[in-house]
Amino acid sequence: MYEGAVQDLIDELGRLPGVGPKSAQRIAFFLLQADLVDATRLAEAITRVKQTVRFCSRCFNIAEAEQCRVCRDPRRDDTVLCVVEEARDVVAIERTREYRGRYHVLGGAISPIDGIGPDELHITELLHRLDREPVEEVIIATNPNVEGEATASFLSRQLDGRAVRVTRLASGLPVGGDLDYADEVTLSRAFVGRQDLRGRGTREVR
Amino acid sequence: MLLRRLGLTDVRSYDHATLEFAPGVTVLIGPNAQGKTNLLEAINRAATGGSHRVASDAPLVRLGAEVGAIRAELETDASRRRTLELEVGSGRRTRTRVDGQDVRRAAEALGVLRVVLFAPEDVAIVRGDPGERRRFLDDLLSQRRPAYAAARAEYDRALRQRNQLLKQARGLSPRARSAASSTLEVWTEQLVTYGTQVVAARVAAVRALAAPTDRAYRDLADRPEAIGLAYRCSAGPLPDDGGAVPAPAEVAAALRGALLEVEDDERARGMTLVGPHRDDLDLTIGALPARGYASHGEVWSLALALKLASYEVLAEVGDRPIVLLDDVFAELDTTRRQRLAAACARFDQVLVTAAVEEDVPLTGARVEVTVEDGVSRLRPRPAGEAGAA
Ligand SMILES: [Zn+2]
Repeated sequence: MYEGAVQDLIDELGRLPGVGPKSAQRIAFFLLQADLVDATRLAEAITRVKQTVRFCSRCFNIAEAEQCRVCRDPRRDDTVLCVVEEARDVVAIERTREYRGRYHVLGGAISPIDGIGPDELHITELLHRLDREPVEEVIIATNPNVEGEATASFLSRQLDGRAVRVTRLASGLPVGGDLDYADEVTLSRAFVGRQDLRGRGTREVR
Repeated sequence: MLLRRLGLTDVRSYDHATLEFAPGVTVLIGPNAQGKTNLLEAINRAATGGSHRVASDAPLVRLGAEVGAIRAELETDASRRRTLELEVGSGRRTRTRVDGQDVRRAAEALGVLRVVLFAPEDVAIVRGDPGERRRFLDDLLSQRRPAYAAARAEYDRALRQRNQLLKQARGLSPRARSAASSTLEVWTEQLVTYGTQVVAARVAAVRALAAPTDRAYRDLADRPEAIGLAYRCSAGPLPDDGGAVPAPAEVAAALRGALLEVEDDERARGMTLVGPHRDDLDLTIGALPARGYASHGEVWSLALALKLASYEVLAEVGDRPIVLLDDVFAELDTTRRQRLAAACARFDQVLVTAAVEEDVPLTGARVEVTVEDGVSRLRPRPAGEAGAA
């Protein structure tokens, strides 16, 4: 244990995802030796992000205003809605320049181990959007891992009986993978080859 | 494929060692606890992503060192040169490089180096719990086709998620439970999807192993009795369609049906009761189950026969594996030594350890393994020179 302020910093850093006690200590000592200017800039960046950045009221993407950049853009196609797990997936898909529709960010995937059930995700809001907006196709672009597939399957059941086309990004993405890690070429191909989920009560065995 | 050169840095009893290998037989000779087995273990670790002796990598690193490195230079059946490098250490992620390039997932390196290892501990495949036999099949299939390792990992993940949900649902009110059951259906579907891939592949492996295991056992055992291999599916017997791989739709239907049957029980106990995590491989010698009835010699011969048969299953797809035999010949009488030696003749490369050189009736390179100043030393013996023993 260290004296007050240093230990507080180590404790706070240790709460960050992917930062263990050892790394927290290393970062803390790095900051201790850093210039005051550098340390202040980091502190300000954290404060500013919390004060100015929020979640889009329509799609839950990261936004610097009431709505995000995509939702505010009048040139986007209102009839196609791409459902993703996280805001970083929006960034990954935008980089491909393959997609011109709108997004809906769920805020994660169904994962009982992490205590995340359907109620913890923005699924009710998605259903409300489908009532109000002229959506003709919902592309489910959750990650191609177990949790993402379970979430896609849950969504397709929820959307059953609605007058929308429901598609899933084509496989070819790495198994157990993260959409965020998928390179742009793979992701573009996945969009072009997306498959209909409608009318399939259960997924085919691959 | 061939192992051309092996480098070990701070691995078990080795501080720094390199060894060149030729095709054919190499016998590593030395008293026990000098590092013979450690060398085979390191090769196996690089090939399969796991150690046959321990679950964690910590003991693989030499005492006092932080990181151990294994470097294998290989030649594929198509005469292509490849390298596989691993840096292991306790509490750190294993760094794996294939042909000098870092791989993001260790699974991507599966299949680069292919081996069949037989070690005395493998009698557990015959004598041990069902988990030992499941692991034998899973390790074999993962080496055969890396996609299997991925499906197996996804199955485990789906299983953990579904168990967690079943556990949570136990304490819920009837109304909340019915809400949770819509999520449970989704996890059941995931379990069936990946479970089907795992079961179908395991059944295919068992069917492919049956004949070569029987052949190998007759060569090794005192009494040449017929060996039976049957995959026991916790979802109930699968229809035998006579094909190499069972129809996925039928496996899926069997899993789905069995899960439906145990649904109430699963909810009460808060765990998944059907699936490849509860399956077994039934082994019989003559008419009797090998587990519980077989003598030590029979158990040992069957375990070795299963490993020799693994060679055929691996060689079916991709490069022919390198065969590693740890301390095998000492267990056999002269006749069986000759038979095993004859079986080894069809392998491209065989690495054998032995405490007594005369136990191994194989011609090929000899390497002496001794401990000096606390670390293992490798001393290739020039051709034609007789052993000190
Ligand atoms: Zn938005």
